[in-house]
Amino acid sequence: MKGTKLAWWIVFLIGALYFFVPLIATFIYSLGNPIAPGAPPPTFQAYGEILNSSDFWGALGYSFIIGIITIIVSIGLLMPTAYWVRLRVPRARPLVEFITLLPFVIPPIILVFGLIQTFSTGPLPLTNTDMGLNVLLVAGYTVLSFPYMYRAVDTGLQATDIRSLTEAAQSLGAGWTRIILRVILPNLRVALLSGAFLTLAIVIGEFTIASFLARPAFGPYLQLLGTNAAYEPAAVTIISFGLTWLAMIMIAFIGRGGRTRVAVTGAR
Amino acid sequence: MSESDVALPAIGLDEPPARPGRRVSWAWLGIVPFLAFAAAFLIIPTFYLVNGSFHTESGEVTLQNYIDLGQPTVVEAFRASIEISLVTAVIGGLFGFLLAYAVIRGGLPGILGAALMTFSGVASNFAGVPLALAFTFTLGATGLITVLLKQVGIDITQSDFTIFSKLGLEIAYLYFQFPLMVLIIAPAIAGLKTEWREASENMGASSYQYWRHIALPILTPTLLGTMILLFGNSFGAQATAYTLTGEINIVTLLVTRQINGDVLNNINLGYAVAMGMVGVMGVTILAYLWLQRRAARWQR
Repeated sequence: MKGTKLAWWIVFLIGALYFFVPLIATFIYSLGNPIAPGAPPPTFQAYGEILNSSDFWGALGYSFIIGIITIIVSIGLLMPTAYWVRLRVPRARPLVEFITLLPFVIPPIILVFGLIQTFSTGPLPLTNTDMGLNVLLVAGYTVLSFPYMYRAVDTGLQATDIRSLTEAAQSLGAGWTRIILRVILPNLRVALLSGAFLTLAIVIGEFTIASFLARPAFGPYLQLLGTNAAYEPAAVTIISFGLTWLAMIMIAFIGRGGRTRVAVTGAR
Repeated sequence: MSESDVALPAIGLDEPPARPGRRVSWAWLGIVPFLAFAAAFLIIPTFYLVNGSFHTESGEVTLQNYIDLGQPTVVEAFRASIEISLVTAVIGGLFGFLLAYAVIRGGLPGILGAALMTFSGVASNFAGVPLALAFTFTLGATGLITVLLKQVGIDITQSDFTIFSKLGLEIAYLYFQFPLMVLIIAPAIAGLKTEWREASENMGASSYQYWRHIALPILTPTLLGTMILLFGNSFGAQATAYTLTGEINIVTLLVTRQINGDVLNNINLGYAVAMGMVGVMGVTILAYLWLQRRAARWQR
């Protein structure tokens, strides 16, 4: 048995190396790559440049705002729908589930291709204005959030006795808006917050849709920086990893005590 | 109904029995906003591509675009994409499985299991532009590994290997592939009851027999299903590949160049290529859902 245990340790070490080596390499690079022959001693200069760069804050701020709007649109659209399907139109469930599954079949590159072609002419030429492109970006990200957001909301609803809650609220005179906002929503806090942080992590790192819509977002910013600068891209990559880490820690913290769920978020 | 651990809905699993003859009710109006949004930003754009793939540029109905999928550039792009996806799905899947098994049943300290799950959550979401950059800083011309290897006399810049190749892309994709397998397979491994092993040992079964007749048959649907998911995950990936290498001919980059107007010079053929991708992804997801339903039987 000693031999097998050693084998498991080796497997674990290979995994750990795969995780950490690229991160360590990126971090070293961000310090001016001091291991390269003839390089100056390590310096945090690249971080200084980035933190003083208005492009960095502009791109990060833009993606953050788009992320927040996406979260609001996504929850505003999917929560009432999932609630209504459970309460009143269970026969619509296969249709709604099918639609929320479609983003897996239609990867971002195909989605943005279709969006550009559909909205560059015709009755709604959204690609002609900045605001129109922002609308398309939020719409695209909302579509990407369908699979995990709907699933999270629906599982949350399943664990809640929405029928009794709704009847109780109605008998006390609450209208639909009040029921959804004040009765159902608080019961889905955990599911919605996890979905929200996941959306934020995805939107901030997203490249494909943002670049084709020519949006000043974080993903295209980092990609461009990668072709233009030496050490700054490494510093931004480390910061980006930190942000992903933060989002995942928030999700783990919110969902503590419950079962950890894996949200498959699609190709990037 | 058994709860899957993956945030993919299984279509129609808890659909109530249909009530025949009941008329469409006003209640359907409640889901109209969702349906309208999905129609505008998902269904209609997709249909636009479908429709375009069956037309010529001058608007005549044709199947020529699908026949043209047979031209060498397109065939090679699909072949390379499928190859990369298969390689990373199988290697990432097997390694992820071994890694999850190591920390859950391999007798390693429990803290490593918790650490692995946290890292896997982050790594499976660390894809796209930053991932591609991280690997250039690792295996690029002045990357850490390249520099370290040079100091011990191995100069990979003089070899055939570059991180900007198909192999390089596969190495980068594995960074998000095997953590995803870890996350999905871990509950299934934890669900292998120790009683099953004990019972089989009491009846004189060897370790091989336990795996061959008990553990593997239970795990296979999840294992296979997740590998299929990993396949789709890398088949549709664009940002990582685009940032790492603009040169390689894979299908997501072919579509990228088509949108930018660089290749094919035929937008309708571009639509057909897009439909080809949707076809591959569709088959992938259907196979996944089928296997997931089989796997669900054991995850209670």
